Amino acid sequence: MSFLRDALLVAGKDLRIERRSRVALQQIVPFGGVVVLLFAFALDSDRTLLHQAAPGLFWAAVLLAVVLAVGRSFAIEEANRARDGLRLSGLDGGSIFLGKAAAVAVELFLLEVIVGAAVVVLYDVSVRGVVVLLCAAVAATVGLAATGTVYGVLAGGLRARETLVPLLVLPAVTPVMLGATRSFQAALDGVPGDAWPWVQLLAAFAVLAVAAGTVAFGPLLEEA
Amino acid sequence: MLGRFPALAGANLEVETGEVVLLSGPNGAGKTTLLRLCAGLLALRAGEAEVLGVNLAVEPRRVRRAVALVGHETFCYDDLTVAENIRFVARSTGRRAADADDALERVGLQRVAHTAHGRLSQGQRRRLSLANALVRKPRLLLLDEPHAGLDEHGRAVLADIVRSTPAEGGTVILASHELDLARRLATREVRIVAGQVHAATAAAPTAAPVVAEVEARA
Amino acid sequence: MKRLFLAVTVVALAVTAVFALWITPPRADQGFDAVRLLYLHAPTAWIAYLAFGVTALASLLWLLPRTRGTTWDLLAGASAEVGVVFTGLTLVLGSLWGRPTWGTWWEWDARLTTTAILFFLYLGYLALRRTGTTADERGKRSAIAALIAFADVPVSYLSVTWWQTLHQQGTVFNERLSVKIDGSMAFTLVAAVVSFTLLYGYLVLERFELAQLEEGREARELERAIADRVQAEHVEVAPV
Repeated sequence: MSFLRDALLVAGKDLRIERRSRVALQQIVPFGGVVVLLFAFALDSDRTLLHQAAPGLFWAAVLLAVVLAVGRSFAIEEANRARDGLRLSGLDGGSIFLGKAAAVAVELFLLEVIVGAAVVVLYDVSVRGVVVLLCAAVAATVGLAATGTVYGVLAGGLRARETLVPLLVLPAVTPVMLGATRSFQAALDGVPGDAWPWVQLLAAFAVLAVAAGTVAFGPLLEEA
Repeated sequence: MLGRFPALAGANLEVETGEVVLLSGPNGAGKTTLLRLCAGLLALRAGEAEVLGVNLAVEPRRVRRAVALVGHETFCYDDLTVAENIRFVARSTGRRAADADDALERVGLQRVAHTAHGRLSQGQRRRLSLANALVRKPRLLLLDEPHAGLDEHGRAVLADIVRSTPAEGGTVILASHELDLARRLATREVRIVAGQVHAATAAAPTAAPVVAEVEARA
Repeated sequence: MKRLFLAVTVVALAVTAVFALWITPPRADQGFDAVRLLYLHAPTAWIAYLAFGVTALASLLWLLPRTRGTTWDLLAGASAEVGVVFTGLTLVLGSLWGRPTWGTWWEWDARLTTTAILFFLYLGYLALRRTGTTADERGKRSAIAALIAFADVPVSYLSVTWWQTLHQQGTVFNERLSVKIDGSMAFTLVAAVVSFTLLYGYLVLERFELAQLEEGREARELERAIADRVQAEHVEVAPV
């Protein structure tokens, strides 16, 4: 199917750029680490408090990183007017969206693994319910990457887009923040049964965000 | 449109297959806008534009697949190499990797094929832009100030590409301030002032099909 | 016409105020006079939702090719602006009311929290509108943003409800409601909703007309700029 092949082409392009420039690995991941560290200072490195709040703090750090990852994803299209090149390629807007969102999702997933490891060590968390954790993380990450990518192109080319994207993205992903935090909490508390409704909510959000982005991305990439 | 300014207010242009049309005129006259319009990058707010028999307002993506634009920027990614950039262009427009290599050779960039785009000189970037256009095998080649930043050899390559395009059934529209060089390539000159077509050397009436027809209104 | 509209709105608000402040009874279980905040809090919340509904509808009409027009874009913007103000008022009033009744300024209940999210979603929408681009570009981007925000609200509400529910369910029709509505209270509440809806209509109308004037001024400046440029360059190139 050419739609998916084109999406893979765009995702491959973005990930190759990331592999060369290492902005996600050397800037966005360390940023997530610093946030995790700062939360510990804010809570006065209280072991029980940190342990309890770990899922929420982890996802708050991920949400902040989403803003950076999306900013980077569209910064590479601004340089040399690469965005015009994408438009001239005649690729379908939906496939460009899927490609860019997939690349952001891969980067976020990498970040979640590394920042997650830091949280386990620093906040004294014992990992339980791996299947639930994984499902919730995948669904949440897809939802975050898709929402971020829609708002990234929505603010693309505008002045003050760097400050606009966080204001647009963060309130919109409240359901992901709640769903991911609650399902992680349930899994870590050893009651994975409580997590499934939340995982379903995350999955529904992800499906909606991907659908909305696939439809809206093409028109948003155009100049009126 | 450049910002809030309708750059083309009352421009009429008709280009036939096989022509090499030179757009001349002062800075800010609307030459770049006209080229971007023909490439399907801009929507006309009033008036009509038909490129390669396709109405731009209806099917801009079909136009984009069939034309190539060499603009002020390369549309490339700084962190990718020259070869990676042009292969991305080739694959996203349905061409083969071999076409990409041929195009690089034709503009003389095979030596820097594995250099990152961000490290290229201005002249090398212009050549890469040309190669990116060639790899698309366009029926309409749009060149915006193609002479800028090119050395002697580069200009020879450019001249070769422009001259051989009509022979291969293509058409060229170029905008340039290097009038001496550009006039040697062009079969017709169209002067644009304040978004309006002025003092065009009349096209010799031929039976060739019309490639591009732009009628912009304010 | 507009003056009449304004006059009717002012009278309606005055009647509501008289009823709310003097005629309806105070309530011991709601901190006596604090219950009167109901007549402000409920209608402002209603206006907030109404305003964002109008914004979504106008955005949809802009996006449909058949009905596309600057009017819908300007109406969407005007309504969202009024909506954000009323959402802010709802939050402040709710907070003030929460203090005597719940004993706290803020409850993390579903409705209050969703309203806060709503406030920030539409602040972002208004910021997006002010980024200064062409009218068509602004129309397209803000219409899509408005629809995404509108679709996000029920999902947010659902997630926040699951997360925590403390707030009283429903307003008037819930049997467990602690505020027993008597005759004068019901009338005042209806009067408040009607008069605030009138106020909303008036404010949107004013804001919409102002936006139209702004657009018109820009169009005139544009025409003048084109005329100047054509004239200047004709003189310059005449000898050629």
